Amino acid sequence: MVSTTTAPSAPQAPPTLRRATTEPPWVQFLLIGTALAFCVLFLIVPLIAVFSEALAKGVELYFAAFQDPDALAAVGLTLLTAAISVPLNLVFGVAAAWCIAKFDFAGKNFLLTLVDLPFSVSPVIAGVIFVLMFGSQGWFGPWLSDNDIKIIFAVPGIVLATTFVTFPFIARELIPLMQEQGTEQEETALVLGASGWQTFMRITLPNVRWALLYGVILCNARAMGEFGAVSVVSGHIRGLTNTMPLHVEILYNEYNFVAAFAVSSLLAVLALITLLLKSFIEWRIEQQHQE
Amino acid sequence: MAIQVQGVSKQFGSFQAVADINLEIGADSLVALLGPSGCGKSTLLRLIAGLESPDTGSIWLSGQDATRQRLQERNIGFVFQHYALFKHLSVRENIAFGMAVRKFPKAQAQRRVDELLELVQLTGLGNRYPAQLSGGQRQRVALARALAVEPSVLLLDEPFGALDAKVRKDLRGWLRRLHNEVHVTTFFVTHDPEEAMEIADTIVVMNKGRVEQVGSPIEIYDQPASSFVMGFLGQVNAVPHTSPLFPSATDAVEVFVRPHDLQVVAAPTPNSAPARVERLLHMGWHVQAELALESGQTLTALISREQFNALGLAPAQQVHVLLSNPRSFNAESARRVQIPA
Repeated sequence: MVSTTTAPSAPQAPPTLRRATTEPPWVQFLLIGTALAFCVLFLIVPLIAVFSEALAKGVELYFAAFQDPDALAAVGLTLLTAAISVPLNLVFGVAAAWCIAKFDFAGKNFLLTLVDLPFSVSPVIAGVIFVLMFGSQGWFGPWLSDNDIKIIFAVPGIVLATTFVTFPFIARELIPLMQEQGTEQEETALVLGASGWQTFMRITLPNVRWALLYGVILCNARAMGEFGAVSVVSGHIRGLTNTMPLHVEILYNEYNFVAAFAVSSLLAVLALITLLLKSFIEWRIEQQHQE
Repeated sequence: MAIQVQGVSKQFGSFQAVADINLEIGADSLVALLGPSGCGKSTLLRLIAGLESPDTGSIWLSGQDATRQRLQERNIGFVFQHYALFKHLSVRENIAFGMAVRKFPKAQAQRRVDELLELVQLTGLGNRYPAQLSGGQRQRVALARALAVEPSVLLLDEPFGALDAKVRKDLRGWLRRLHNEVHVTTFFVTHDPEEAMEIADTIVVMNKGRVEQVGSPIEIYDQPASSFVMGFLGQVNAVPHTSPLFPSATDAVEVFVRPHDLQVVAAPTPNSAPARVERLLHMGWHVQAELALESGQTLTALISREQFNALGLAPAQQVHVLLSNPRSFNAESARRVQIPA
């Protein structure tokens, strides 16, 4: 039985009606203010400082910094390093993520830990590992010098160190998404007659395309900006083994602030482009998730 | 025979998912694989599809040993509970996928897609993406995609499990009619006895990795081979050994009776037992009566409204009950035994 109730009288709004989930204004102000102040102090002010210092002595001197052949060589080497490391990690990352997310095998967790290793090891140590292996006193040093192969204090060492440090970015981006997507779509494709390769190219890869691009962009940003590991293996030979971050350090140590900040501003612009692309892709992933 | 399963076992770690299954499914039949969750029914389906490989035994499809055959070559249609549609492809592209990877001529494939869209009543929705479809529509796309490559066997894993009750009911009838149209051997997994009885010609009941019984819906319901089958297909009452209801019962047998086979009468008759009405639940066209025997054990009876009115039942009233169609089972093996009352 439904008991009868009296018709509700016209609602009298209480004078101080406040939503239960809203904080008092001063708390809101304090929290938002703190966050904003933090952002300005640690992100926006430094960014402005880089550009204002770079342009402090005029636009001409700013652009002159890029005329220097050593600076051009550094930019070139940075681009070359990223152009090799990022595609390598694209292949490694996709392979590792595919293996870990879609298959069951003994030692899976160990493999996952190995993928994360470059994140947990200090980049300097990563650099030292390569020196210990390929340096003239290292394990393979004598053999390498006998065969006239230079890895340490040369471009191959820089590419190796960068590839090592940036290895987890793409795999880490893909694994959670692939695990969440499960294997039913792949199983369906196989039952419908697709080969393993067809299944991967037509189903697995398209399903993670935005996350993959996201991982590539993060990987690229780190490959261009890596300092520690590259610093150890590079040898700082001007015009030969200096990447942009190393070149900035050298200029700064020589009190050539305008040039140092000018090259830094180039890295900063790269970072801003990365962020822009990143937010666009995040927006796309969000849209895809709503589908 | 479309599907033959011979002595198939599968273990995951220490868990025996299916144990020594023997099963034969005739061509063009519509068979339900029924059992509680975790009984191994999905594993058996995946073994037949080739998505898992058996530890022992063999699987034959259309008279060919398929045990070592790659799953791409088995020519099977498989439909998952959650559709597994390719999200980045349109409905047309989803349905055409199997033909595309098998390099069917484009024009032929497009014609087949049109036919299938009509068959699953989705004509005009071919250019939509899965996200733009309802659950029932998605499941029909999944079915069309599975049928596109003209499979010899269609396997459905809880095909309606993720849909709401109304859509599920509609799709059951639709699947039944579809099967009459396309004549493909269909084997579907369900945990819902009502669904199995409504759709299938034959029901395979599974429990704890083993087949309990194979038979028509009527056989399964009326002649359950084990106490598990009887209990899984509907409500049952356990009849106590000490009551006059079933005098030949011993400790070695268990006797069960369905609530609608428990007769409630006003006056004592041979083999009836006195009981007291504890509770009455009105459930629309029938009434559920909770009765207590003199021993204190309770029985549930379902009686029609006419009977209820004729008896003038009220709580605390004294009545008499007797059994029709009691089923007796070996207490140890749970298998059916024939004992006269």
